[in-house]
Amino acid sequence: MTPQDTKPYRIGKAQLDLLAELTNANGVSGDESEVREMIRKKVTPLADEIKADAMGNLLVIKHARKTNALRVMVDAHMDEVGFMIVDQDGDGLFEFVQVGGGDERQFISKAVVVGKEKLPGVIGFKPIHLTPKNERDSKIPLDSLRIDLGPAGKDKARRGDFAAYATRFSRSGDTIFAKVLDDRLGCATLIELLRTAPAEIELLTSFSAQEEIGLRGAKVAAYDFEPQIVIAVDSTPAYDFPRPDGNQNTQYNCKIGSGPAIYLADRGTLSDPRLVRFISRTAEENGIPYQFRQPGGGGTNAGALHLTRSGIPAVSVSIPGRYAHTPIMMASVTDWQNTVSLLKNVLDNLSPAVLLEERP
Amino acid sequence: MENITPFLLSLISEAGLSGFEEPVRKKIAEKWTPLVDELSTSPLGSLHGLRKAAEGKKRPSLMIAAHMDAIGLMVKQVEDGMVWITRIGGVDARMLPGQPVTIHGKEDLPGVVQMLPDRLLNEDQQGKAPTFEHLFVDSGRSSKELEKLVRPGDLVSFQQAPIELDGGNVAGHSMDNRASVAALTVCLQEIRNVNLAWDVLAVATTREEISLAGARTSAFGLHPDLAIAVDVTFGKGPGSNDYRTFPLGGGPTIGTGSDNHPALTRKFVALAEELDMPHGLEAMPENSGTDGMVLPVTAGGIPTVVLGVPLRYMHTTVEMATVKDIDRTGRLLARFITQLTEDSLTTLFEEEPV
Repeated sequence: MTPQDTKPYRIGKAQLDLLAELTNANGVSGDESEVREMIRKKVTPLADEIKADAMGNLLVIKHARKTNALRVMVDAHMDEVGFMIVDQDGDGLFEFVQVGGGDERQFISKAVVVGKEKLPGVIGFKPIHLTPKNERDSKIPLDSLRIDLGPAGKDKARRGDFAAYATRFSRSGDTIFAKVLDDRLGCATLIELLRTAPAEIELLTSFSAQEEIGLRGAKVAAYDFEPQIVIAVDSTPAYDFPRPDGNQNTQYNCKIGSGPAIYLADRGTLSDPRLVRFISRTAEENGIPYQFRQPGGGGTNAGALHLTRSGIPAVSVSIPGRYAHTPIMMASVTDWQNTVSLLKNVLDNLSPAVLLEERP
Repeated sequence: MENITPFLLSLISEAGLSGFEEPVRKKIAEKWTPLVDELSTSPLGSLHGLRKAAEGKKRPSLMIAAHMDAIGLMVKQVEDGMVWITRIGGVDARMLPGQPVTIHGKEDLPGVVQMLPDRLLNEDQQGKAPTFEHLFVDSGRSSKELEKLVRPGDLVSFQQAPIELDGGNVAGHSMDNRASVAALTVCLQEIRNVNLAWDVLAVATTREEISLAGARTSAFGLHPDLAIAVDVTFGKGPGSNDYRTFPLGGGPTIGTGSDNHPALTRKFVALAEELDMPHGLEAMPENSGTDGMVLPVTAGGIPTVVLGVPLRYMHTTVEMATVKDIDRTGRLLARFITQLTEDSLTTLFEEEPV
């Protein structure tokens, strides 16, 4: 270990700039090229092998400096939820559908950009003055909404063009406000891990495509890698709000500020208990706060990755985030720092021994 | 002619919620200073810019009014680490989730409006349109910090950055009614080097979205002979296609009925036709919903007409108008002003019986 490596890990300006760049870029599921090429540039000086596969996953390898090293795969998804143009009414108005799971209550009165040229547009809706009182309490149906490029935008977008929110990164105190921290925080984390890849392990990173439309990139990402262990790094929702009925909130999923959220079980994966044990022990030994994400629904790429070939022990470690799949997400710089710090320690200390431990 | 877009963009980058217009009033005052002879602020906060007539015996006066205030939000309470809000003006709660805002507390705090997730609501409330009961601003600050920095009554303003669309279209918050303030400014620029027969009182009014209090009191104080209210009107767009709506790029609208004096409606239609300017005739059977509602019934009565700039998505944070319509509105106002003579008060109303 070099003396530099013994310093505690810190998120600084370089890391925040990286995250800003990644979150300001657009990569709606199936259209990840902008993000992929951005990441390719960032990891080129750090990696030994880089390739994009048929699904659009960017597979990046940093070899171990020894033979028969443990093969560890770390995954984060590049794609984001967004929209696709499906028709036009004329006058710059375009019908659209959503790509990935969004809530149409979040679409209203928002700025978007459309297509490769990033044409600015908006999603407006009927003025309150023209809305009868009995309609004002009703949800605005998606099919009444249009992406509006302005009257000069007629014919400027085509069926199949993707659109994404126009949100720009900002920071206030410990809080990051940005589009699609789900999962560019994970992407930035992987880049940070590649920067200090330990000599003892074969580090196999996948910046995966199409997570938001069914873990589709992850279904193939692990095939060539043939990893022995998989860690999916994603953003998981913090629902740590008060309940309006005054009862205790027992469905918070995870909490902002309480550190990286280790998954035990979700809809698609039972985390490998040996990995959960190893990661939580590593956190405790290094004084890094962590939390167990409440077991329940939801899921990450681990759900697809652990089913590759004959099966791969897998776990997810996520950064708590608020308001996923909306125009503006929030996350804590400290949580992110603790997540990168924990994963660095995990990679530094992982050995085949962890897989020899008894299963519970 | 000066390009008004940069000024418009600067106007929609400011807060200036109803009753708290200082940030935008400052911007307007700065812009109007070289364009008027006198500038003052009314007791309630309207900005008055006077362009004096050239020496004459009568010197009648014309008020051109556009409200400068904007809709927004106000802090209701601070609890559980969140800032709970209510509205200033006609804010539709359904546009609020995911909206970037600034909380104007002891310091300005950025935040985002959000709603409680369905999983924390009782089943009968899940999946419904958001209501103020379940909307809050999340600033990421701790309860402790918020206690120190934010109090009930603090303003919360929209922070959607101005959007420049293709073809000279602009979208953003507060286009209602900064678009019309920009139109008044175009007018002042147009008449800058013209000798006027009338005093022209350009007024950026306060509190239109709440009570019309600015227009009412400014009209009383200035007591003009004629008044023109300039406000935005409904643009044709998604869900907005009936007789009350007008196409973007179709030019200003001229009101007819209720608040509008028939002689002034006729005059403006004639002037628009003379200029070969596209325009719409806006039916206002009962009232205009603008400052124009109070102007004609102030003091002993002031003949009034209402001009409109078509705007899509009124009272959202992505209100959209075309700069061409703003320019046209300014030029139409200027044309009206420059054709006025000392005797217009008589001739205008003589043309046809009212």
